[in-house]
Amino acid sequence: MKRILSLALALAPLSAWATPDPADWPAVVEDAKGQTVHWHAWGGSTATNDFIAWVGERLEDDYDITLNHVKLESTADAVTRVLTEKSAGQDDDGAVDLIWINGANFAAMKDADLLFGPFAEALPNWQLADTENKTLQHDFTVPTEGYESPWAMAQVVFMHDTADLPERLGSMEALLDWAREHPGRFTYPQPPDFLGTTFLKQALVDLSDNADALSKPVNEDNYQEVTAPLWAFLEELTPLLWREGRAYPATGPRQLQLMNDDEIDLAISFSPGEASTAIANYQLPESVRTFVLDKGTIGNASFVAIPYNSGSKAASMVVANFLMSPEAQLRAQDPDVLGYGTVLDLNALSVQDRAAFRTLDLGIATLTPEELGPVQPEPHPSWMTRISEDWVARYGVGN
Amino acid sequence: MRLPLALPPVLPVLTILVLIGPVLAGLWGTISAAFGHLPVAGLYGPSLQPFEALWNWPGLGPAVRLSLVTGVLATLLSLLITLLLLAGWSGTRPFRAVLRLLSPLLSVPHAAAAFGLLFLIQPSGWIARALSPWLTGWQRPPDVLLVQDPWGLAMTLGLVVKEVPFLLLISLAALGQIDSQGRLRVAMALGYGRVAAWIFAVGPALYQRIRLPIYVVLAYSMSVVDVAVILGPNTPPPLSVQIVRWMAEPDLTLRTLASAGALVQLALVIGALLLWRGAERGIAALGTGLIYRGWRFSRDGLWRALGLAAAATSVGLVLAGLLGLVVWSFAARWSFPDLLPDGMSLRSWSRNSPAALETLATTFAIAGAATLAALVLTLGCLETEERRNLRLTRKGLWLLYLPLLVPQTAFLPGMQTLLLGFGIDRTLWAVVLAHLVFVLPYLRLSLEGPYKAWDPRLGAVGAAMGASRNRIFLQLRLPMLLAPILTAVAVGMAVSVGQYLPTLLVGGGRIQTLTTEAVALAAGGDRRAIGLYGLVQTAAALLPFVLALALPLFVWRNRRGLHHG
Repeated sequence: MKRILSLALALAPLSAWATPDPADWPAVVEDAKGQTVHWHAWGGSTATNDFIAWVGERLEDDYDITLNHVKLESTADAVTRVLTEKSAGQDDDGAVDLIWINGANFAAMKDADLLFGPFAEALPNWQLADTENKTLQHDFTVPTEGYESPWAMAQVVFMHDTADLPERLGSMEALLDWAREHPGRFTYPQPPDFLGTTFLKQALVDLSDNADALSKPVNEDNYQEVTAPLWAFLEELTPLLWREGRAYPATGPRQLQLMNDDEIDLAISFSPGEASTAIANYQLPESVRTFVLDKGTIGNASFVAIPYNSGSKAASMVVANFLMSPEAQLRAQDPDVLGYGTVLDLNALSVQDRAAFRTLDLGIATLTPEELGPVQPEPHPSWMTRISEDWVARYGVGN
Repeated sequence: MRLPLALPPVLPVLTILVLIGPVLAGLWGTISAAFGHLPVAGLYGPSLQPFEALWNWPGLGPAVRLSLVTGVLATLLSLLITLLLLAGWSGTRPFRAVLRLLSPLLSVPHAAAAFGLLFLIQPSGWIARALSPWLTGWQRPPDVLLVQDPWGLAMTLGLVVKEVPFLLLISLAALGQIDSQGRLRVAMALGYGRVAAWIFAVGPALYQRIRLPIYVVLAYSMSVVDVAVILGPNTPPPLSVQIVRWMAEPDLTLRTLASAGALVQLALVIGALLLWRGAERGIAALGTGLIYRGWRFSRDGLWRALGLAAAATSVGLVLAGLLGLVVWSFAARWSFPDLLPDGMSLRSWSRNSPAALETLATTFAIAGAATLAALVLTLGCLETEERRNLRLTRKGLWLLYLPLLVPQTAFLPGMQTLLLGFGIDRTLWAVVLAHLVFVLPYLRLSLEGPYKAWDPRLGAVGAAMGASRNRIFLQLRLPMLLAPILTAVAVGMAVSVGQYLPTLLVGGGRIQTLTTEAVALAAGGDRRAIGLYGLVQTAAALLPFVLALALPLFVWRNRRGLHHG
């Protein structure tokens, strides 16, 4: 019996003809021709949507791939979709070919064996990626193991309207002090929104000295102790928030509108170039600038992953590879387009490409890589879930 | 003699199946998940754990309260405004003016109207800008909770401005079946004021005929998602929004919690309907008492003014909101308290319109197919019922309205699972089927009145001249009913264009309509793009109405009596 089983296992790769081998890149590109990729990606930002549309045009021209951007309200929609398909036994040609994914959703999909791979480190452009200095092989401390491919770097920055708040704030305590003097002028997206939870994590990282505990899964023994400074901080901050914390903006970009309407003076962003892009788009006043905290801010990479039941795995890999190309990365970093940080190691690029990155004007509100300073590691994803649950119980359900 | 049955009874049966099948299947899925049976997530019930979890959710109380308050209040206000306007003004010139604006407003999708309203009434909105700083002294918008308020009043307002046109249109269709002007004249001749005369003499007869639509408004208002997301509170949100959130969580076990919530939502809707029914009796008794006292209420100028003002305000809010969307879609930099943008730019349009037009095509394809199918079924049913002398019993009517009375959040997820099992989900046809479930009842609702009001003597004359029943149907009845049929088609199209949850769930995200796009953009808050999509969405729903008005005028240009059906 065991022999039959091992024989079957040995034969499996042969019978799985539909699964392209990432290591044989020319075959992947050949396979990808004519395929359609349904890229499920958050559709709430015009700038991102335009960038994805451009990616689609480029892939159509160069690789004969049709890219269809399925605009999600929440990434979890796509995860749920794949889960539902798996339980219904729909193991090929699922609805989702490629997902823009991060942290908790990635961990959930990886745990449930819903991902195709490993493929990311076999992509040709992986050679150009900066695996030394950027967290490209871990997503919220969870090892990616090649099941997702990075395409942008994110780091927390605070956008402030210098007409009302001229000086940067160095820490969460300073933010609280400022809020005491200017009640109603700050808010953050409502957890469990991704950016809202990021604000909570940033506050936690800045207020607590317990980096060690944060890098491990939540542990009941020390949860209270580690998070106590955060809740004490929020207890004071909440009544000082916009609308006294009785309402919150739904997402990050909603904050931009609030800032433009002069309802708030300070907002959090997970994209260092977002403010410059938004100014160029008339979405923010020209007086907006960004800052980071003295101790640095948390950062991570954005990834794309391919579900196990995608019918266009080859083309999805080509898309992932194209996203890591100097051409796409340069465009993504352009503040007029997206203003996302690059995942590439500039030293690995050709002279021309490197020069193009160096001479790129990052925009008036974007900090230079030096000014962005040290990147704080993301806490383990279980913290995000747990803090966000507790936040909802404390502030999200009682008015 | 053989009965000349041209249309087989297949159509009514099919109609019932299309309406009830998905609802029952979906409900079954919800019920089993609510009791902890969800093999997808490795859960095998029955268990009461989901209800325990729901009970332990600290937001349950406020969420339930919100659903009840917004639903009942929105329905009550919409009904009052509708009745006051009808009582005080039906048949007059101002009434026709309001009406001409109101019925196209029916087609403005809820999401677009809500966005428009949001921009008007929020502290940094147009109304505040118009008054600042010269009157208010505000250099910055005040920090007050006008939208997303804990009582859901902004959301209620958003629902009212959309439900008043709906109830008015339904009422007008029903008024055609009762001799309202005659009743009014008699009562006024007895010395009653206009409003009282209408309420006492026309009101009860009308109410009987619009009772189900009112229940639909109640059920809809209690479980609406898109308007609630835009205007409603979020700490916590109304129950329906929370259900959708739980459904979207990657943790599938939360679906059992969502399903338990959906059953509570269903119970709430049923409870509110029973409550409403009880109140109907109370009010009827009260009304009878008032009539016996013999008061004539002849000084009703204030009430008449109030009715017209409320209806005009509701029209004005939607129109001003739409205008806000227009301006935003062209705005360059625009900050508070400027009344208008610093400059105008075509950038949003050049950037977004190719994608929007593509989505428009999909939206129309779905709406067209669903409406056409619904029209065939509805006309088939109505004609079959007439020929066989069948009357939809009260129970039959309830079945017909079931998809509108059962909260969407309660059965759509189950329906999605069903279609997935057949392997036909996320196809265009599956979405059309899902839309059909909602389009059909509305189509029937708009068409039933005019269809039954058709003077049978015309048919008798036709028959006496030797025309077959089919010929009477095709060459006499349908052409004469052209205007109401086209209006019904427009209503169906508008309903389809505005559908959010069925498109999202059954389409699996692959099928994008203007509404799913607009709500996805709503999460982002790019007001320019929202403005553009809201406008295109509105145009998509409005265009059929324009055609519905224009076509009869053109086709019957030499038959004036047919211009208004």
